[in-house]
Amino acid sequence: MRRFETDVQLIKYEVLKEVARYTLEGTLEKNFHKIPKKIDPGPRPRIRCCIHKERAITVERVKLAMGGDKDNKNEIEVINAACDECPINRFTITEACRGCLAHRCIESCPVKAIYQVGKRAYINPEKCIECGKCKSVCPFNAISDVMRPCKKACHVSALYIDEEKIAVIDNEKCVQCGSCVYQCPFGAIMDKSYIVDVIELLKKAKAKDELRVYAVIAPAISSQFTYVRIGQVVKGIKLLGFHDVVEAALGADMIAYNETLELAHRLKSSKVMTSSCCPAFVAYIQKHYPSLIDKVSDSVSPMVAVARLIKSMDENAKVVFIGPCTAKKAEAKESHAVGSVDYVITFEELCAMIDAMDIRLEDCEDALLDNASYYGRIFARTGGLAKAVEHVVEAEKLDIECKPISCDGLAECDKVLKLIKADRLKGNFVEGMACFGGCIGGAASLHHGPKDRNEVDKYGQLAIEKEVKDSLRVFDLDSLNLTRD
Amino acid sequence: MVVINVCIGSACHLKGAYNVLERLQQLIKDRDLEDQVTLKAAFCLGQCTQAVSVRINDDGVVAVSDKDVDEFFEESIIGRLSN
Repeated sequence: MRRFETDVQLIKYEVLKEVARYTLEGTLEKNFHKIPKKIDPGPRPRIRCCIHKERAITVERVKLAMGGDKDNKNEIEVINAACDECPINRFTITEACRGCLAHRCIESCPVKAIYQVGKRAYINPEKCIECGKCKSVCPFNAISDVMRPCKKACHVSALYIDEEKIAVIDNEKCVQCGSCVYQCPFGAIMDKSYIVDVIELLKKAKAKDELRVYAVIAPAISSQFTYVRIGQVVKGIKLLGFHDVVEAALGADMIAYNETLELAHRLKSSKVMTSSCCPAFVAYIQKHYPSLIDKVSDSVSPMVAVARLIKSMDENAKVVFIGPCTAKKAEAKESHAVGSVDYVITFEELCAMIDAMDIRLEDCEDALLDNASYYGRIFARTGGLAKAVEHVVEAEKLDIECKPISCDGLAECDKVLKLIKADRLKGNFVEGMACFGGCIGGAASLHHGPKDRNEVDKYGQLAIEKEVKDSLRVFDLDSLNLTRD
Repeated sequence: MVVINVCIGSACHLKGAYNVLERLQQLIKDRDLEDQVTLKAAFCLGQCTQAVSVRINDDGVVAVSDKDVDEFFEESIIGRLSN
């Protein structure tokens, strides 16, 4: 049985499933307003003040599941009604304060924001700079740190709180990694869904023989549907109406090869190159380190690479990428990717589609999945790409010394980018992964767990092609454009 | 012009589609037939159970294993070209 990590994930899934079901029936326009009452039947609310507010929030979720605000270019949106106006004051003195003689908190405060009031310390929120020194010196552990989860989740400082205490996303800074979507405990931030477009496309393909829709699945899928076998998931995807299921890991093989040759070429005139697979990492450099943009590899991402390969083989192909990533939704709309990738949906949305069609994965026979090598498959976890590049350097006997640095999560990416800027980096190839753990830690993963990395490695070892070149040997890659221009 | 489509979808791949494709590439090159025969890879020709699926032009899908590629080439390709 499927288990959801939280009720936030569950409600999102319920909404997506209802939208998918009506789309399949062809009655979405007529019936979408019925969804809130179906999901929140009442009379008691799940957690909000009343059932009416709960339904009002579901109305907003339905809108996002149907594509969201078309005027907002960001794939991530805040549902204002769902934002619970969490406390803004980060550090507060709790009841555990004894009003002690030493009052190290007062002594340690660099801005004199703490005073003794009555028998307890008090932090003046107007003065507090949130340095946290008071918390670290208190012997009673009496100071609580309640940074808003959305702000804490955002490593690019793209999230601020307005006068109404509602979270606001600064589109100029946001890299659409989806970290806030996953972390908001009230489910007040959500990614836009293209589930309606994809279902309509599949319906059209069913009626028209010459249109074929291909599902490209991210290798992170190996850690997702843990209650069934991966072959059953592949079968389920085919039953949705996809012509074939192709591994994005094949694109990863293509890019591992391409990017390594590019690295060898670049190192002749430059000290360092970064990867370009992770769209949130690339966006982070574009928006926060624009001076380093020429250090980013020109290669397209594995998603775009495999989409181009499919379209070069079948001129009537449409490509839908299915992954754990919200930033991929934005990447697919970039000028270089338009025409290659038609739609991006997430594992959450896939799950909703499968259930909306009443496909029971447990009862599905196993379909096969094998397009890529071991190395392509381990791209799904931090360190995989670096390993693949090292492998290509060795296999192709390239005359370079590859010194890869893998950055796990945006905080680490930031440190490394600072070092590049200061010309103090002790490596020459940077693998940047915006999510902690790599793609398996993606915001739209159904499952985030410590064993996910092992699952990816196990899945990698099942590939019949062991090396990058093995899985590429039958393709004429020279005729394929693998750059982002 | 004869177009050979070889399925490289997962089922065919696991049954040796890459070997079939590589052998066909070699045979075409050895016989100098590049101008007359085009070899294409395709994802899923829809006959996953009888892999490796191969289709010549718009004909039906036939199964070719990596053991009988040479025989298939002689009969179906050379045979067709000499007609």
